[in-house]
Amino acid sequence: MNWSTLGPAAVFFGAIFTNNILLTNYLGMCSFLAISREVKSSVGLGAAVVFVMGMTNALNWPIQYYILVPLGLEYLGFIVYIIVIAGSVQLVEMIVERVSESLYQNLGIFLPLITVNCAVFGAVLFMFIRKYTFLASLAYGLGGGLGWAVAIVAMAGLRAKMARARVPRGLEGAGIALIIAGIMSLAFMGFSGMIPAA
Amino acid sequence: MFPIGAFFIGVGTAAAIAAVLALVMAIADATIANYGEVKISINDGSKELTVDGGRPLLSTLTAEGIFIPSACGGRGSCGLCKLAVKSGAGEYAPTELPWITEADRKANVRLSCQVKVKRDIQIVVPEELFNIKEYQTTVASIRDLTYDIKEVTLKLNDSQALDFRAGRYVQFVVPAYELTPDPVYRAYSVSSSPSRKDAVELEIRLVPNGICTTYVFQRLKVGDSVNINGPYGEFHLRDSDRDIIFVAGGSGMAPIKSILQDMVERGIRRKATYFFGARAVRDLFLVEEMQELEKKLPGFKFVPALSNPEPNDNWDGEKGLITEVLSRHFERLDHHEAYLCGSPGMIDASIKVFKAKGLPDELIFYDKFA
Repeated sequence: MNWSTLGPAAVFFGAIFTNNILLTNYLGMCSFLAISREVKSSVGLGAAVVFVMGMTNALNWPIQYYILVPLGLEYLGFIVYIIVIAGSVQLVEMIVERVSESLYQNLGIFLPLITVNCAVFGAVLFMFIRKYTFLASLAYGLGGGLGWAVAIVAMAGLRAKMARARVPRGLEGAGIALIIAGIMSLAFMGFSGMIPAA
Repeated sequence: MFPIGAFFIGVGTAAAIAAVLALVMAIADATIANYGEVKISINDGSKELTVDGGRPLLSTLTAEGIFIPSACGGRGSCGLCKLAVKSGAGEYAPTELPWITEADRKANVRLSCQVKVKRDIQIVVPEELFNIKEYQTTVASIRDLTYDIKEVTLKLNDSQALDFRAGRYVQFVVPAYELTPDPVYRAYSVSSSPSRKDAVELEIRLVPNGICTTYVFQRLKVGDSVNINGPYGEFHLRDSDRDIIFVAGGSGMAPIKSILQDMVERGIRRKATYFFGARAVRDLFLVEEMQELEKKLPGFKFVPALSNPEPNDNWDGEKGLITEVLSRHFERLDHHEAYLCGSPGMIDASIKVFKAKGLPDELIFYDKFA
């Protein structure tokens, strides 16, 4: 499949539905399972992921193509991407805390969690493997984050309903959550074909 | 050949990117996270502090010499460092909520380790906390009371004096060592008399794998430096003419011993009976000191009770669980007051006995060793 020819809009919607990073690539599972007990906190975490993914993709793209590739240092990519993710998340946390108390309350405590969210790192890797342009990379970051957010909020909604369901004892907690995630993943497969070549 | 040039370019580039980010963070820390000087107004302005903002309230106050009781050292996991914040604290953080009750919420009580000082702030600090200070001490002696309880005497350095009421506890600061990466605080009741202000005696019972007790039992030597802070607590003898019932087990001996010595020194001659629960003779300690106190305090009686005396103990004193001994001893408790110190299990069971004998809640005082 040739990903590099897709326009930003197609990449954006593709990242949300047809190749949702959580439900098709199964990345970012740990926070997905841990924070999806309440809709409110999953919305906060989802918003933080959208923000961080968009930002780290936008930062890592120029670093890759203007520093690492010209110097022939692609093999250092993993280390550099991680440093950039960790540093920028820290910076964002400080700014959010200063600028908006209420946003910090809702979002701030999730930011350190996101540094170690593999979906963020995965999004960086996919944008290079798929040779996206800068705009497509940015769209992929935002769309990927939004897709992750959609998945976790849907999951939180389902788990809220699950509270009243009778789950076999052996499947309570993470067990049933993983089964739900699998069924959601099947449902999202239904979106494939909506966007040509994606 | 090893491409040394490429190696340096690689390391240099990664280092440069990290350095740029570090620089940006340092600048951000000095500008964005710099909240400047803020004022902390305590108890309606009876005390004003000017501090650098941006840090948690608990550590800001500690730096200013005001010690709020905390067992976890500011990680938000013990829920002890509650303070009423009248204004300037902002919304409740999710990390505070597990500890905040409805009543706390109405009184604007916050977890001071989770509240950042970002602007002028008004707080209420109970007067008695101002008396709490940190003291540097030196271990003067370590004595084995039983096979698993040690008496540690800490001499205060630089002729400092610790003012406290009998029954109070202090926090022992365990420095970082194998079992803990950060210093931790553990509470111990003072067993020495309040009249002795230049030193404190603590009774420390070995808890298997306990961070503090392992430190005390395996590392602590005479001459070592130890930091303590205090005094804390609300356990003390109330003024009244009621007969006193003391109940303790294990290192619960400590505050009771302090109270008894205080009674001797202050000439309090109320009728008092002290029930001390232990398993066997090898768990009993300070028996001679207690008999000494019986001579000095005419109305005082020490009643050790063993639940599992061993055959060669030749025990002819009280036998059975402390609750059984208590219910054998008293018919109706209508002019009594009870003071209990020890494990939660022992205290809860004894309180049940007292209540069944007619002693109301407000005359039962206890210090649970959780």
